[in-house]
Amino acid sequence: MAMKFEKKAEGLFALDVTGYVCPHPQIYTKKALEKMKNGDIVELVFDNPSSSESIAAMCEAQGNEIVEKSMANGKYVWKIKKTADVAALAR
Amino acid sequence: MEMNEAAATEANKGSRNQRWALGIVGFLVLVSILSFAAHEYYIYISAYLWFGFIYGMCLQYGRFCFASAFRDLFAVGVPRMVVGIMIATILFSFVSAFVTATGMSTFHAAPTSIHAVIAGLIFGVGMVFAGGCASGSLYKTGEGNGVSLLVVLSISVTQATFVDLGGWFNKLVPQSWHESALAKKLPAAINAGDGWVDQYLAGYVWNQPIKKFSTMLGFKDASFTGAFIGDFLVGVVLPATALLVVVYAFWVRKNYRKKRAAGGGTMTFRDELAGYWGMIASSKRTALAGLFLGIACGLQMLVIEGLRIKFGVKNAGTLLSRLGHDFGLSVSGTVFDPGYWYVTTQEAQWVGWVFNKLGWNNMDNIYFGLNNGIPNPAINPADWMSLALIGGAAVMALLSTEFKFKKPTKELAVWAIVGGALMGIGSRLGLGCNVGAFFARVAMGDASGWLFGIGMIGGAYIGVKFFNWWTERQMAKEMAAFDL
Repeated sequence: MAMKFEKKAEGLFALDVTGYVCPHPQIYTKKALEKMKNGDIVELVFDNPSSSESIAAMCEAQGNEIVEKSMANGKYVWKIKKTADVAALAR
Repeated sequence: MEMNEAAATEANKGSRNQRWALGIVGFLVLVSILSFAAHEYYIYISAYLWFGFIYGMCLQYGRFCFASAFRDLFAVGVPRMVVGIMIATILFSFVSAFVTATGMSTFHAAPTSIHAVIAGLIFGVGMVFAGGCASGSLYKTGEGNGVSLLVVLSISVTQATFVDLGGWFNKLVPQSWHESALAKKLPAAINAGDGWVDQYLAGYVWNQPIKKFSTMLGFKDASFTGAFIGDFLVGVVLPATALLVVVYAFWVRKNYRKKRAAGGGTMTFRDELAGYWGMIASSKRTALAGLFLGIACGLQMLVIEGLRIKFGVKNAGTLLSRLGHDFGLSVSGTVFDPGYWYVTTQEAQWVGWVFNKLGWNNMDNIYFGLNNGIPNPAINPADWMSLALIGGAAVMALLSTEFKFKKPTKELAVWAIVGGALMGIGSRLGLGCNVGAFFARVAMGDASGWLFGIGMIGGAYIGVKFFNWWTERQMAKEMAAFDL
């Protein structure tokens, strides 16, 4: 399945990278956060365990907040709120 | 009610996972017991097997993948894996220094030259494409990941093919390599003047100097000062600390300063030290895996050397020969038996064995014919190490309900095959992968390990640049459907 990035409502996005291995989930998450505005939320779905460590560390370092985390059957569903200007940090 | 049903399903899954985990452990225990009952020599295979199992558990628990070290740093600014690997390397090196000082080391340093950097570069690009290094792909196979299995297959087939390429590829060999290879007067059965890899090895690589930090500093290799001051302190602790300082300065410090500034006050040296330590302690899981991995790696050398002394052999080939397993031994009577953690050669061997059974005469080269052989995978100690590594990772993944069968998509299958092939070629050029050519060599104070590492960093950078472009393209396609 190819990756999906959708706008579900104003300020709410969905990024589905199920089936992808490293480094795709973390790079797509970073790119999505870069494109979103402060306060926007992305609902991220992935199933690559090692990406969970990298995404959590990336959010921690950049100051973005993981507001909800769940994992069942090897599938991770995380809600990440953009609270930092990622683009500025990347510069 | 629904909640209860969901909880019951999860509980069922949990107990099913536990049964599978128990099944894997039971199978490996059975292999150890039955083989030992057949002959005590088979304990040699069990030693490799159980260290492999421990490596698999550590790798899965810490999501320990060398590919992610510099890739995640370049791609998403996350330093956790560089830190984890440096911790593991320092600990592996410390235990190794002890083993070396007591004369029990099984390690052989590799020739040092630019070839290690080039090999590392090719390997580095490959590991980013493939989504995991050689050892990372093994443990992820244990998580049920089909992409990783494809990577392992691609590494294996590429190596087994690459080492026996002759014919047209001989035209790419410089005359000086050809002459130098012939001058080595290797056994006629090897035909060292034919085959690209043979002439690369005997005509170029073997002519390069071996450089260990201990001997470069004028110490004796297998001495206490040589092992602890030369190889451990100067060869590992100082460069690893410096590398982490660079990572801190370029990737961590800026965000740390921002967070500090939010609380007011200026940065003192003490704050910098706290920031540096914070980076090291940021992923306890990875650091803890590195700690156990480093210790286990060092202990494996001690155990294997102890068994060699007990059985009066220098290589497992002698044991296999005594047991009547003559097929697939090299002309020197040896098989691949590194005595420490290694990944890629046993992968090449099992495919080499299959190729041979299918009628390909692949024993007329240095790699299989002179050094490593192609023993039956069922009695190949190193093969059991890798198989048990997958088992160890599967057990950990099952127990944490992270195990999931995943079929590769077309896109990922392409990356896996291309990345695996590049890693296979890089491994053979560098005489090892991220474990054999980097991790183990660096830990043992072999300068060529750092050269391979520098190449891997460069390769990771190139791979990340490519994927940044690729993912940007994919995102743009998706975002065409809406306004952001």
